[in-house]
Amino acid sequence: MDAIDVRQIVKSFGDFTAVKGISFTVGEGEIFGLLGPNGAGKSTLIRMLVTLLPPTAGTALVGGFDIVTHQDQVRRLIGVIPQAMTSDTELSVEENLLIFAKLYGVPREKRKRLIDDLLAAVELTQWRDKQVRQLSGGMRRRVEIARGLVHEPKIFFLDEPTTGLDPVSRVAVWEMLRKIKAERDLTILITTHYMDEADKLCDRIAIVDHGELKALDTPGRLKAAIPGKNVLEASFAPVPEGWTATLQALPSVEGVTPHDNIFRIASGNGPATTMALMSAAAQANVTVQSLSVQSTTLDDVFVHYTGRALRDALHDAPRLDISHMRR
Amino acid sequence: MYRTWAIIERELRRFRRSPTLIVISLLFPIVQLVILGYAFGGNVRHLTLAVVDRDRGVPAVKLKELAGSIAANAGTFEMIPYADEGAAILALRNGRVNGVLTIPPDYSRRVLSHAAPRVALIEDNTDNFVAASMGATLNGMIGAANQPAVTSQRMPGQVTLDVVEIYPYVPYIQYLLPGSVVMSIFMMVMIGGGIIFIDDKARGLHEGYLVTPITKFELIAGFVLSGAIKAVLAGFVLMTIGSVIAGIPHPFDPLRLLRMLAVIVMTALALISMMFLLMVRVTDPLVPRAIFGVLNTLLYFPSGAVYPQQGFPGWMRVIAVADPFTYAVHAFKSLLLKNTGFAAIGGDLAYLSIFTLIAMTAAVRLFRRTL
Repeated sequence: MDAIDVRQIVKSFGDFTAVKGISFTVGEGEIFGLLGPNGAGKSTLIRMLVTLLPPTAGTALVGGFDIVTHQDQVRRLIGVIPQAMTSDTELSVEENLLIFAKLYGVPREKRKRLIDDLLAAVELTQWRDKQVRQLSGGMRRRVEIARGLVHEPKIFFLDEPTTGLDPVSRVAVWEMLRKIKAERDLTILITTHYMDEADKLCDRIAIVDHGELKALDTPGRLKAAIPGKNVLEASFAPVPEGWTATLQALPSVEGVTPHDNIFRIASGNGPATTMALMSAAAQANVTVQSLSVQSTTLDDVFVHYTGRALRDALHDAPRLDISHMRR
Repeated sequence: MYRTWAIIERELRRFRRSPTLIVISLLFPIVQLVILGYAFGGNVRHLTLAVVDRDRGVPAVKLKELAGSIAANAGTFEMIPYADEGAAILALRNGRVNGVLTIPPDYSRRVLSHAAPRVALIEDNTDNFVAASMGATLNGMIGAANQPAVTSQRMPGQVTLDVVEIYPYVPYIQYLLPGSVVMSIFMMVMIGGGIIFIDDKARGLHEGYLVTPITKFELIAGFVLSGAIKAVLAGFVLMTIGSVIAGIPHPFDPLRLLRMLAVIVMTALALISMMFLLMVRVTDPLVPRAIFGVLNTLLYFPSGAVYPQQGFPGWMRVIAVADPFTYAVHAFKSLLLKNTGFAAIGGDLAYLSIFTLIAMTAAVRLFRRTL
């Protein structure tokens, strides 16, 4: 049985459709990533799966239970880390976990052992009596991860758990998740807009944009599926007439996308294309202002499927107002 | 200077985009003007006067006719005839009447024999405004009774009014104390059940609750009862400290403390239910802060906490009838100033219970267990 089975799920807020009929399944024990810019519908999707929002149409099975008709059973099975930092800053680390253990009805005799184990897992044992307000953002996130696991859920939902954290804390959160995952029988669904995070952490990735599922596969296959093994990014001065066509004609080139002054060149053989590009530029009396050669990344995958770079999409997409969603 | 203008421009743009706040900030002083303007100093009317006629002679009937004409014209009081003086005084202690006019058995004989006839006004002096108005009106009435059509000379046949106060003198600070106890409960409800509740909601803390298997009923009960516990503590502390400050006699009488606790608990439940109903669909943290003042004025001043409701215009009496503060203030006045039993506050507790039930039912219906 699949841990999560999403079936043609739709969510509209008035005239605006945030999620436009998405379907996918997540296998048991998988780390599944939902990747997309802000406003892509990731949070709305995850909120429906964790029973915070009722879907407008369609449904999903989580742990075999329908999120519309069997909300209570779903809630017992899942652990959730909402996007906002929702740990209670006035309470201590341990009190935060204790309150949630009680909310989930964890029996008294199990509580202490579970909390001890979790605090050790997120490396907060020595901070257990500190008020959460005294902790850094990364530590607070770890408190929330521990809190979400306090009732030993089978399926763990994390909505952008590393947004707003510094790079070191982000890596610490990934490590923690990987370790926790290794020690327990857990399926993880995580949303993120960080490509590297999705690449390193996830078994499979779904790319979501404008409320639609654009692609779904393992990070490796997603990268392999798009043209070229390498991507060259270069800028030139001056840019002669028909330059795009010239670049297109270089050896091993599989595609050229001009973007302002920068040309993204997908290539099956990075070094060969680079050599040819340099000599073509010299012949045409064009200065190469900048040149970089990279292996294909998820960024390129994203550009391929959505037609724009994720960093642009991050700026384009209006940040969804949460209060608007609550109404 | 450009930088100053930039700040001014930003502030004014921000201001224009919060129409609710603008409306409420203008509404508040208007509400305060109107409510306070009519809350103080109105002519106290519509009092209830128990009349015990133990004489039944013609002069006594004349006196009652005179009182009847005051009731019908000025409307200062309504008359309720009582056969038994004991029952009338019990009604006075329980707050059902504001004063008892007693016509003694020898009244007619003394009037006719010019032997210094007297009538007595036994009054509930816990409300000085009510007592003063009642006393002045009846003194005026006696004056009129003493103006016969033919003779005008002062003579021993003139009636005098003896005023009897059934409670020790009540200073204004004691008169205000019941309202302050209710206010302490309201403040805690407003902060705990209004401001912190919406802040937690806005910070996403409630989202954490909503993903657990907690039922809607358990969640609401948790919010309401925790709010009520905090409010009861506030009310109890204020009642104790306030009683000592205001010099309430025997402030630690255990039986009264127990009755007070019952009223504090019911008031806390009624107010937290009202707050929960008002806040159940609110998400903007500014809203509870903005309505704080308006709600405070609208509930506190019409409640009879600072001036008797009998002095209010009709529309304000309508507010007063619905206002849960009215019943809480009345109950606390009965207990603190008159040391009455449950008989005097049964109606108040009943209203507060019904109010709680209605507000809670509506709030539960409006509460959504999703975002």
